[in-house]
Amino acid sequence: MTPEETTAFEAKIRAYVGREMGPPKRGFDDVNAAMIRHWTEVTGDANPVYTDAQFAAASGKKGLIAPPTMLAIWAMEGYPMALPQTGKVDVQRELHNLLEAHGYTGVLGTNTITEFYRDLRPGDQVTAHTVIDNISERKKTARGHGYFIETVTKFTDQKGEPIGRQVFRTLRFAPSAELAAAKGEAAKGADAPLEVPTRIPSPRGHDNAWWWEAIDQGRLLIQRCKGCGTLRHPPRPMCGSCQSLEWDSVESSLEGEVFSYTELSYPKFPGYPDPLLCGLIQLREGTRLVANIVGCEPQRVHVGMKVKGKVERVDDKTMLPNFYPA
Amino acid sequence: MAANFTDQAAIVGIGSTEFSKDSGRSELALAAEAVKHALDDAGLTPADVDGFVTYTIDQNEEVDVARALGCNDIRMFSRVPYGGGAATGTLLQAVMAVATGVAETVVCYRALNGRSGQRYSSGVSGNLITGSAIHYGYYMPFGLLTPASWVAMFTRRYMHLTGCTQDAFFEVAHSTREYAVKNPAAFFYQRPFTRAEYDAGKKISDPLRLFDCCQESDGGSAIVVTSSARAKDLRQPGVAVRGVAQCLAKDQEEMTSFYRPEIARIPEMDLAAAEAYAQCGLAAKDIDAAVIYDAFTPIVLWQLESWGFCKFGEAAQFVQAGNLRPNGRLPSNTHGGQLSEAYIHGMNGIVEAVRLVRGTSVNQPKKRIEHALVTSGVGVPTGGAILGRM
Repeated sequence: MTPEETTAFEAKIRAYVGREMGPPKRGFDDVNAAMIRHWTEVTGDANPVYTDAQFAAASGKKGLIAPPTMLAIWAMEGYPMALPQTGKVDVQRELHNLLEAHGYTGVLGTNTITEFYRDLRPGDQVTAHTVIDNISERKKTARGHGYFIETVTKFTDQKGEPIGRQVFRTLRFAPSAELAAAKGEAAKGADAPLEVPTRIPSPRGHDNAWWWEAIDQGRLLIQRCKGCGTLRHPPRPMCGSCQSLEWDSVESSLEGEVFSYTELSYPKFPGYPDPLLCGLIQLREGTRLVANIVGCEPQRVHVGMKVKGKVERVDDKTMLPNFYPA
Repeated sequence: MAANFTDQAAIVGIGSTEFSKDSGRSELALAAEAVKHALDDAGLTPADVDGFVTYTIDQNEEVDVARALGCNDIRMFSRVPYGGGAATGTLLQAVMAVATGVAETVVCYRALNGRSGQRYSSGVSGNLITGSAIHYGYYMPFGLLTPASWVAMFTRRYMHLTGCTQDAFFEVAHSTREYAVKNPAAFFYQRPFTRAEYDAGKKISDPLRLFDCCQESDGGSAIVVTSSARAKDLRQPGVAVRGVAQCLAKDQEEMTSFYRPEIARIPEMDLAAAEAYAQCGLAAKDIDAAVIYDAFTPIVLWQLESWGFCKFGEAAQFVQAGNLRPNGRLPSNTHGGQLSEAYIHGMNGIVEAVRLVRGTSVNQPKKRIEHALVTSGVGVPTGGAILGRM
């Protein structure tokens, strides 16, 4: 959208602020024992004051009550909401359609604030009066740019007396490109088993694949020049001492000490251990490598600490050398 | 033998966009605006430009910048690799072009949406070009993924060898913040902070905490370089390039030079400093103020040692004695640095070094600034420049 189009669009959506969603909506069913039982089963709420008439009568509530958090449930639209829309749509749906048509296709319920004025009992009737109360400035969120929409619903009973109030906040957003791509990936694998994140692997090319293949087999190798015998790590194609292109390797003793180290606290990476300790390990053979220090409280690690390594499986896909206090 | 282009070229224009966390426009728009501001400052037009230099990481193609500005024929264009390590390297390219006559008026620029777009703090992942991917492959599986973690590895070793403590890092962070408080262009304008707030900053990669790390910013900065002869006819007093050098030292890696006999220092900066001093016959005692690349607080300490303001291991004492402050031996990062003004990969630092020599910094030290030092990012191949009055 050009800045002018954005201004015009925002004027259109702002015109909805203050409007009622539609006529007051009376719940399909009065407060009843069957729906209360379903709710307590699903939520695992075993409080007998909701379901055991005898217990409830003897309690301070003096009879069965509905779980207070069911307040909004009683006046909900129900399954027809998910069916294809026919005929005239309500004001709230109109607003959401408008946002959708302008690219704000994502929707996320962000939070609710609810006030309860009295207990509801079987036989009560609940009516909801909903107003579109507020639309935020255009915000940048991790999901993409969007608008927070707040509705306020006042609930009344069969006598028209107020029984509660709920503020409901949703985010309508235009999904960022990255998010859309990730979603596409997720959709592809919808039937696949849940994937557990693993370490980011090294790409393997001419100069390094052999080293990683040895790690896969549980061995830490050090490249050795065939010309002058100099050891080198990380691997590279030519010897910096004698320029020989010929090399072989020796297997490391995995004995060494910490030359330097850091504990990574932020950001956290999925698939990596926490705490995450990276050490620069000086091997007995003379070369150094970066690897994780494990089996040790972060506070105990210090420069000069003796360590002993083990090449081991760290996740479903990855073998790595880990170094433990010696 | 040192290069002999001392004082042959001068910086005659400087310009920046605003610095922000969300510029709301393209990187090309930022580049074109920054360059235009620099040309206006110099009293030149896009038609006068015949050379461009930027960083290899800059996303703005020379052809696009030239067309956006409406430049005529461009005779020289060049890029310098290694992120912020390129900062004064761009100046070296411009000076060489002007000194040899390859070009007459060269613009160096850097513009990025570094906060609202690609963020450098998100580190490396599998999505890299080949050579770089193979290199980072020795670190990625272990989780050593971010610039902060690479710098932390050197920092821990430096602390071990020298006894330097967090107090020195705080002084670097606090001194730049105090400058930024007075700089309307800075993100932390009018926002001072205390030791308690610094200590409360979240741990990033031990021993680095939040305020040891620079910001991520959107913005652009540019400079205009031309011959000293021509500089005399232009709007602003020219700022001469006395010396400028860059270096990639033995056994250097990109951010992970962990395999040298000792890692608690930056030999590439030692060499660049020696070369720049040799070019102009100056020494540390001749430098009156500095802009020292500050992507992270500890790297400032190592550079003070490289440029000879103190010996190895003494930088903590040097800064804790207040030497970076307005009345100190070496007022430094007077714009607020990248820690507190904006992170434009050092190009905003060159702009500030020019202001220091012109006498127009918002935090201009009281003493006369004959020579100012400005450096590039470290951990990578790096360099620095000595600017002086014409």
